[in-house]
Amino acid sequence: MKVLSWAVVALVLLWALLPGLFAGQDPLNGVPADKLQPPSVAHWFGTDAVGRDLFARVVHGSVHSLSGAAVAVGVGLVAGTLLGLLAGSAGGVLDAAVMRFADVLLAVPGLLLALVVIILLGPGTVNVAIAVGVGSIAAFARVTRAEVVKTRRSDYVEAAFGSGGGFASVLWRHILPNSFGPVIALAALQFGVAILAISTLGFLGYGAEPPTPEWGLLISEGRNYLATSWWLTTLPGLVVVAVVLAAGRLAKEIR
Amino acid sequence: MRARYLAGRTGQAALVLWAAFTVAYLLLQALPGDSILIKFQNPELGLSPEQIAEIRRFYDAGGYLHTLLGFLRGDFGYSVETGTPVIERLAEGLPETAKLAGPAFLLALVLAVVIAFSARGFLRALPPLFVSVPVFWLGIVLIQVFSFQLKLVPVIGGTPAQQLLLPVVTLAIPIAAPIAQVLGRSIDQTLRQPFIQVVAAKGASRRWILHRHVARNALLPTLTIAGLTFGELIAGSVVTETVFGRNGIGRLTEQSVNAQDTPVLLAIVVLATCVFVLVNLVVDLLYPVLDPRLA
Repeated sequence: MKVLSWAVVALVLLWALLPGLFAGQDPLNGVPADKLQPPSVAHWFGTDAVGRDLFARVVHGSVHSLSGAAVAVGVGLVAGTLLGLLAGSAGGVLDAAVMRFADVLLAVPGLLLALVVIILLGPGTVNVAIAVGVGSIAAFARVTRAEVVKTRRSDYVEAAFGSGGGFASVLWRHILPNSFGPVIALAALQFGVAILAISTLGFLGYGAEPPTPEWGLLISEGRNYLATSWWLTTLPGLVVVAVVLAAGRLAKEIR
Repeated sequence: MRARYLAGRTGQAALVLWAAFTVAYLLLQALPGDSILIKFQNPELGLSPEQIAEIRRFYDAGGYLHTLLGFLRGDFGYSVETGTPVIERLAEGLPETAKLAGPAFLLALVLAVVIAFSARGFLRALPPLFVSVPVFWLGIVLIQVFSFQLKLVPVIGGTPAQQLLLPVVTLAIPIAAPIAQVLGRSIDQTLRQPFIQVVAAKGASRRWILHRHVARNALLPTLTIAGLTFGELIAGSVVTETVFGRNGIGRLTEQSVNAQDTPVLLAIVVLATCVFVLVNLVVDLLYPVLDPRLA
């Protein structure tokens, strides 16, 4: 299972980096004569209503999902870690204020929070990624704070302060590196969660514009051919499930 | 002690709610009346800038404090899209969403209990899979399999119960996963406790042990996670209602985002947060009742 998870993640990463290597066909311009063909040797995932190869679209779409998830995790990681670091190292009123703010973010259902951010920033791939990232700030802040509070009480941090280290330099050189393990595990977990959330928002129509082959949008477009062409919705969805499962599995390994 | 606990937790919940309202208000009012411009700046309407400014004053009525007091009284302002009071639009959607979310939550609990109590095997592998499935895709696949391939559930028409069947299953599955995981873990933990061996040595059957000893110990963590899944229940409703074309709060959410109808979205966010906070407050207040050691 572990090997399989790594293989899935590696394969999708390669899809995102070198899509032409895996799918020779054009993801945007189809051959109308070949429309709505079921999966075959020539078209592994079949073709859509304008004769585009679905496998090529899924492969070329991976870059949108992966980069979106990377931006989302980046937003959550940077903002959340900074807030957690601040709360955990400063303590007192600041700590309480930051953590209550995190409570508030956690109390608003994630999708609604993302929609509020989308209404504010407008739709689009980057904005959707930011919206999803905002939803994970609280989780990152909580984990970082818990680790920082633990690390701060350890002897070597006391020693570093005792030997004349300034607040900022001890924070940067000792507390942050030693608090980072669980945060990285959370980042791996959030990566899968972000792919799910981004595909959901793409499905609702707030992400990429057609004909971009974003995974959620692909499934949404396939809905119109539900009765006749099962592959248009089923196969891209299975790819999403495989990637999210693999990311979750790897997050467990890291932890 | 108990009165203080009650007051403390209730006060905290009220504070979180107020802060959530404030954050949502600030975010949604940060784009000043774009939705009003979109709707009323249409040249065909022939409105002068002064008239538009007046319309904006009508919708924006009085700023933060006025809106906050309105929410406390149950007055959520007016929808920019339809001009009707937000509360009317919510009242149309709420029963539909309750019809979906209520049975879905119950089904999720049943699923979770079945998965967690099935000693081992493939059922235990289900929760990680369940949380990795996009809700919208699950709904589509269920329509495909049960409506189009097996023709068990009619696509159009059908009794209300038939129409509800697939959406309820769609929504229940991602909710069941975390509950099953937490319940399963705490069952395993309790089964490893020394007192279970003592009870077993006294001749108790596995069934008796699970009923009388394990289930009671697993109740608290399960209740906690069940409360926390309410956020997912609300988010899942948005997606499920969109996939199945049901007119509930979820559909209203989608419409309000598309139309930039900020008063409606603000009310929905506050309402959803309110439900989430209240459910978790009740769970917290139940702790000392269920476990006397915490009182």
